[in-house]
Amino acid sequence: MATEATEIRGVGHSVKRKEDDRFIRGKGTYVDDVKLPGMLHMAILRSPFAHARIRSIDTSKAGALPGVIAVVTGELMAQHKLAWMPTISADTQAVLATDKVRFQGQEVAAVVAEDPYIAKDALELIEVDYEPLEAVVTPQRALEAGAPVIRDDKEDQKDNHIFHWESGDKEATDKAFAQADLTVSLDTFYPRSHPAPLETCGCVADLNPATGQATIWMTSQAPHAIRTVFALVAGLPEENIRIISPDIGGGFGNKVPVYPGYVVATAASLLLGRPVKWIEERSENLISTGFARDFYMKGELALKRDGTMLGLRASLLADEGAFHADAQPSKLKVGLFHIVTGSYDFPAAHVVADGAYTNKAPGGVAYRCSFRVTEASYLIERLVQNAAYELGMDPADLRLKNFIKPDQFPYRSATGFVYDSGDYHRAAKLAMEKLGYDELRKEQERARDEGKLLGVGMASFTEIVGAGPSADYDILGLKMNDGAELRIHPTGKAILKLSVQTQGQGHETTFAQIVAEELGIQPEDVKVMHGDTDNTPYGLGTYASRSTPVSGAATAMVSRKVREKATKIAAHLLEVAEEDVQFEKGRFFVKGAPDRAKTIQDVAFAAYTNFPAGTEAGLEGVHYYDPPNLTFPFGTYLVAVEVDPDTGEWNVRRVVAVDDCGVRINPMIVEGQLHGGLTEGFGIAKMQLITFDEAGNCIGSNFMDYLLPTAWETPRFELGETVTPSPHHPIGAKGVGESATVGSPAAFVNAVIDALAHLGVRNIDMPLTSSKVWEAIQQSSAGAPAG
Amino acid sequence: MQITVTVNGTERTADVEPRLLLVHLIREVFGLTGTHVGCDTTNCGACTVRLDGTPVKSCTLFGVQADGRSVTTVEGLATNGQLHPIQAAFKEEHGLQCGFCTPGMMLTGAALLEKTTDPTEDDVRWAISGNLCRCTGYMNIVKAIQAAGRAMQDEKAPEPAGAAS
Ligand code: FES
Ligand code: FES
Repeated sequence: MATEATEIRGVGHSVKRKEDDRFIRGKGTYVDDVKLPGMLHMAILRSPFAHARIRSIDTSKAGALPGVIAVVTGELMAQHKLAWMPTISADTQAVLATDKVRFQGQEVAAVVAEDPYIAKDALELIEVDYEPLEAVVTPQRALEAGAPVIRDDKEDQKDNHIFHWESGDKEATDKAFAQADLTVSLDTFYPRSHPAPLETCGCVADLNPATGQATIWMTSQAPHAIRTVFALVAGLPEENIRIISPDIGGGFGNKVPVYPGYVVATAASLLLGRPVKWIEERSENLISTGFARDFYMKGELALKRDGTMLGLRASLLADEGAFHADAQPSKLKVGLFHIVTGSYDFPAAHVVADGAYTNKAPGGVAYRCSFRVTEASYLIERLVQNAAYELGMDPADLRLKNFIKPDQFPYRSATGFVYDSGDYHRAAKLAMEKLGYDELRKEQERARDEGKLLGVGMASFTEIVGAGPSADYDILGLKMNDGAELRIHPTGKAILKLSVQTQGQGHETTFAQIVAEELGIQPEDVKVMHGDTDNTPYGLGTYASRSTPVSGAATAMVSRKVREKATKIAAHLLEVAEEDVQFEKGRFFVKGAPDRAKTIQDVAFAAYTNFPAGTEAGLEGVHYYDPPNLTFPFGTYLVAVEVDPDTGEWNVRRVVAVDDCGVRINPMIVEGQLHGGLTEGFGIAKMQLITFDEAGNCIGSNFMDYLLPTAWETPRFELGETVTPSPHHPIGAKGVGESATVGSPAAFVNAVIDALAHLGVRNIDMPLTSSKVWEAIQQSSAGAPAG
Repeated sequence: MQITVTVNGTERTADVEPRLLLVHLIREVFGLTGTHVGCDTTNCGACTVRLDGTPVKSCTLFGVQADGRSVTTVEGLATNGQLHPIQAAFKEEHGLQCGFCTPGMMLTGAALLEKTTDPTEDDVRWAISGNLCRCTGYMNIVKAIQAAGRAMQDEKAPEPAGAAS
C-alpha cells in the first residue's frame, strides 16, 4: 500500500498562513471584539502630575451620573488588599494610587458604566486634590543625594537606587586595558521608546458569582504566567481562572506585563457580578504601559595598534520609572546585556549596571528584543565602528579581524555565555558583496571631494534568544520552559496545543509545519491552538523570540514521542518487529521492503480501532521543553545613507540585511519578520522617541508626537541568508522575530556617523532627527566659520 | 437621532447619539468588528472604511455624518463569497501579520486600484501612508496591492492580448 509521493510541506516551505483566512475577511477576534451579555465598560482616571501627593479624591458627582455603576478608587481596592500588585521584577506597583502618584498617567481611579461614553464623561467629574512634588525625570538626578525619594511606600527604600549588577571579570579587564595601545570610548544614550503595537492593551473580565469562575480575555503575550500571578495576587483558585488571549494586534513586548487596568477590571467584575470591558486609548497605552530602553551607556574598548581587541568595559544606568517592572529573568538585572561582547573574540570584559527609580512610567520591557540585547548590540556595534576610525581602519576589516571564528564554536564568551554556532565571516562577506561595499567606499571618497555626504553603516550583531535553561532562567520563580501537546485523531488530523501565544508571528502555520516535518501530516491538517489557559499546556509565553527555540522544540519533541508510539502500532499492522519498521515523512515501512508500508493516517486510525494488545488506545502526547542552552542568531546589516549637509536630513539609499537564524521553518514568514524588525529599527534610529519635560510631562503621548514610520519613509530592504543550524535545537532553528530590531539601529546610526566621520563626528544620540544631525555638522569641523 | 446608512449594500437604520463616532456605529451598533481602532487621533488608519467610495478614517467622523450615504467595510469586500483580489493577494504575498491594520490597508488599497490597476511602488506607498502597520514593514503590503492590481487587469481583460503584463 505505497503512498502517493505528495510532498509534505514541512520545514523549509513557504506555506501560506492559515490564520490569514479570518483576518482578510475582518473575522479575527481581538479583545475589543468580545461582547458579553450585560457587559459594563470601564475607563481609567490618570494622574496629570508626575509626582504628587493625593490629598483627597471626591467621586460623588461621578457616582451620581446616570449610567455609572461604580467608581473604584485605591481605597476601595485596598479594602480587598488589591491596591498594590507585584511586578514581574518582584517589585510592587500601585494598582490605583492611594498615597502618591509617581508618574504622569498613573492610574488613580476607575469608572464602570453602562456605556463607554458615559464612563469617559464620569472621569471628568472625579475631583482629585493633588499636592505637587518635585518630579525626578532622569536617573542621574534620582541618584543625587537629597533627591526626593520616589518609593517612600517601601519601608527600607531610603533613596532611588534599585539595583547594582555586575558581570565578567574586572581584574582581567583592567589588565587588558593596562596593556592596550589604544582605548576608544563611547558615551551614548539609548532613549525611551515604546513598542506601540497597533492594537492597544485591554481586557474583558467575566467573574461568575455563582460558580466562582473567572474568565478573562486579555491582550497578553503570556497568558499562563498571568493566570498564576492573578491566582497569587487576587487569591482566586487557579483552576477557576481562565485567561484567554484572543487574536492579538501586535505585542512586541508591550503585552507581557500585568497592567493595573486588568486588575481593576477583574476586581470590578468580581464586585459587581457583571462582565467588565476595559480598552486602552492610544494615549493611555503610550504614557502608562511598557516602555523600553532608556539606558545610559558608556563603553570602552581596549585595542592593540593592529586592531586586535583585548577587552571591553561597559557601565550602564537604567531609568526604570516609578516601579521596577522590567521584563527580565529574575537573576539578571539588566537581562542579557552581558552579551555585549557581541560577535567578537574578547579575552576579557566587565559590565557594571545600576538601576534607578524616576517619576516616569515603569519601563524596561523587551521591545522586540531579548532582554536588553538590543542595547548591548547597539553599544558594541557603535563602539567597533568608532574604533575603526581611531585606528584608521575600515570598519568592516576591523570586524572581520576580530570575529569569533567558525572553529571556535561552541564559544564561551568573556561574560560566560556559550554561543551555540555561527559563521560571522560568511554572513558579513555575503552582505558586503550584496551591497557592493568596496565600490560604495570608493564612491564615498568621490562624494566627499564634491562636498557630498555619503555614509555606510555596518552592524554584525549576535542575538541571544530562547530563554531559557531552567538552572538559570525563571520569572518570579517560574522556570522558563514551554509545553506542546499533540493529539492525532482517528482520521489522521491533528490538534497541536501550545503554551506560547501568537501576536502575528504565524504560529498557527509554522508550528503545524514542525508537526508536518516530524510526522508527515500536512500542515493544513494540523490545527494549532494557543492562548487559552484552560486548553493549552503551561508555559511562559511569547517574547524574547522564545517561541521557536522553546515551544518549537517542544513541538518537535512531542511529535517524536507520538511517532514512537505510532511505530509500535505500525509494526503491529505490518506484522513485523518494531525494530524492523522505518519511518520517512508520513509513512512507516518495513526495512528493506519499502512497498510494505502504512501511512501515518492508517496508523492513526489503528490507534483507535486496532491497536496491539497491552497498548493504550489513542495517539497523543505532551512535552515540556527545557532548553539545554540559549540560541544565538546573528547577521550583518549594511546601510547606505546620503546626508544633506545643509539641512541634516538623511535618506536611506540601500539596506542589505543578511540573517542567520539557523534553519528557517517558513522562509516567507521569516522574511516578513525581518521586514518588520528592520522597520522598527529604522523608526527607533530616526524618529521614535518618548521624552519628558522637566515636570515629567510625557512628550510623545500620541501618534502625532510619537512618530512611527509610514510606508512612505520606510526604506526598501534587501535580504540575504546564511544557515548555521543550532546544534542543540531539535530542528536546528534559532528564532528570528527580533534579530532585525536588535541589529539594525546601530547600522542606521553608524551609516549617518560614517557620513560625518571625516568631520570628526563620533556620536549623535537616537533618534537621529534632521535637526540633531544638522547640529552635529555645525559643531564639527565642517561647521567652523569658514565652512 | 434616526439615521439610515447603506452598509455593505444593505440599508440599515439606527437611533444614535449625535456624538457617536462612525467607527463605533459600525462596530457596536452594526456589529461589524473588522473595522479597528488603533489611535483616536486620525493617524493610524486601522479604522479606514469607504464612505461613498472614498477611504475615510471612521474614528474621525460621527455616525450621523454617514446618514443617507453608503459605507463599505472589510466585511463588504468579498462579493458572493468570492474574495476581492486584494484579499487574496494579501494572503498570497504575506501582506499581513497580526492582521490589525489589514482591513484598513485593504480598503485603502482597493480604492487606489479602482483608479489604476497598475500603480507604481511609490503610488502605493503614498496611498497607504495614512495607514500604519507595526508588523510588516510594508514591503509585502506594497507587493500585495500591486499583485491585486495585476489580478484585476487579468479579470477585466480576458480576451484582448497584451492587457496583462
Ligand atoms: S483609529 Fe482612526 S486613524 Fe487611528
Ligand atoms: S499586520 Fe500588524 S499592524 Fe499591520
